[in-house]
Amino acid sequence: MEPLLAVEDIHSYYGKSHILHGISIEVGRGEVVGLLGRNGVGKSTTLKAIAGLVHPNAGRVLFDGQPTIGLPAHRVARLGVGYVPEDRRIFPLLTVTENLRTGLDRHGVSKAKKEELLDKVYQFFPVLAERRRQPGGTLSGGEQQMLAIARAMMLEPKIMLLDEPTEGLMPRMVSQISEIIDVLHRDHVAVLLVEQNVPLTLSACQRIYIIEKGVVRHHAPAAELRVGDPIIHQYLGV
Amino acid sequence: MGVSFAHFVIQTLNGIVSGMILALVASGLTLIFGIMDVVNFAHGEFLMLGAYVGVITLAATGSFWLALIAAAGVIAVFGALVYLTTLRPLLGRDPLTTILATFGISLVLQNYALWQFGPVARKIEEPFAGQFTLFYLDYPWYRLIIAGLAGAIIGALWLFLKFGTYGIWIRATTQDRVMAQAMGIPVPWVLTGVFAIGSAMAAASGVLFAPLVGVDHAMGVDWILRAFIVVVVGGMGNLGGSIAAAIFISLLDAYSSLWVSPSQSIIVSFVVLILTLLFRPTGLFAPTPK
Repeated sequence: MEPLLAVEDIHSYYGKSHILHGISIEVGRGEVVGLLGRNGVGKSTTLKAIAGLVHPNAGRVLFDGQPTIGLPAHRVARLGVGYVPEDRRIFPLLTVTENLRTGLDRHGVSKAKKEELLDKVYQFFPVLAERRRQPGGTLSGGEQQMLAIARAMMLEPKIMLLDEPTEGLMPRMVSQISEIIDVLHRDHVAVLLVEQNVPLTLSACQRIYIIEKGVVRHHAPAAELRVGDPIIHQYLGV
Repeated sequence: MGVSFAHFVIQTLNGIVSGMILALVASGLTLIFGIMDVVNFAHGEFLMLGAYVGVITLAATGSFWLALIAAAGVIAVFGALVYLTTLRPLLGRDPLTTILATFGISLVLQNYALWQFGPVARKIEEPFAGQFTLFYLDYPWYRLIIAGLAGAIIGALWLFLKFGTYGIWIRATTQDRVMAQAMGIPVPWVLTGVFAIGSAMAAASGVLFAPLVGVDHAMGVDWILRAFIVVVVGGMGNLGGSIAAAIFISLLDAYSSLWVSPSQSIIVSFVVLILTLLFRPTGLFAPTPK
């Protein structure tokens, strides 16, 4: 079966610096895949390229069999790509509900369906329901992370791109992130997770790619890797 | 120099009336600036062209309301075309390029209007005044209705931005254009739409105010200067601030013309502008700067 997402040999430049040197990644339907690597090796750029926010200079990205490089980012999002950026990027002056509506108010979504989607995230994130009339900018870091994920879920995505969702969160919140990934997995939503937290990534993901200097150096089922593995140590220094 | 109470009340009304029109002009300007950082120097010419469309429609149909709607509609389409052909290719470049481009457009439009319609000012008066001859005894009534209409348009814009889906799209795009795209919001269309809405508001103010001043090719210049003062004093991109500043500046202007001649009273506005830039460059009515 063809993968949901196929990234084929993409190259990307930021000004004169070569960020991605031919990254290739596949994510199957409903599969949870992790990208590990040190800071600045091109993990975030890879996610942005998939989301259509960065346009690679060479290579292909196929989503659901359709080439997406060159499509405007909003069209990519509507194909079913939910993007949760590293810095969350909540719309600070929109209320929690309005933040969710940015993804929810699409053509072809019935009113009943909208309410169902809203109810679902409010049940799953009761704290967002409590704060639904509050501007996004007034939420705590953890709450903003919940909102960023909930907001992307409004697109009914086939894949969620999560960029360092645990960064700067309290330990209790970190375990909630892994619960969320489990729930997405149970709902057959694929996840491409970029993380620095190796134990969480190994336990949440089925397959792992390790990236260094803009290329995939290693690729293995998560079950074959352990925290402290020489390979992990070599590429991540932990 | 005694100023009579009646005189004071009349100037208060005058200040509020021109303040509402100014608010309408400035809110289009600040909406466009807020979402795409484009300072639209051609905004005053959109107002002027809108007034001409009003003059023509009024001559053809005799209906002021039709003239108002036609002006807003025609100039919305025209604004969208100007945006798509001239400004969209410049997005993301140095702001100076969009300033020069819109300034160029304003010169072209002014001279086009001079060539097309001639130097003699036209009046939009008879049909509208005729409709309100009942109140003719009390001249300010006629102005108050215009102020009320301007207020209604601004109120409708506010409701649209606050509750409508497209309003949420516009606000989201203003706050974070990249993230808005990632949420599936068609940002290029939102930007074009906002430019069209802003242009339509300029056109509507042109028609609304035309009965008081007359329509000529240079009528936009006067307004744009004041509108820029208002947008800066109110805080660039801040809609509520622009409205408050429009009323504030117009009242100051009206009160100062109790003592000095009206042509000198604009000096007061400039003093406010300079003081704002010196001491609170984010705007008098801006909430805490981000």
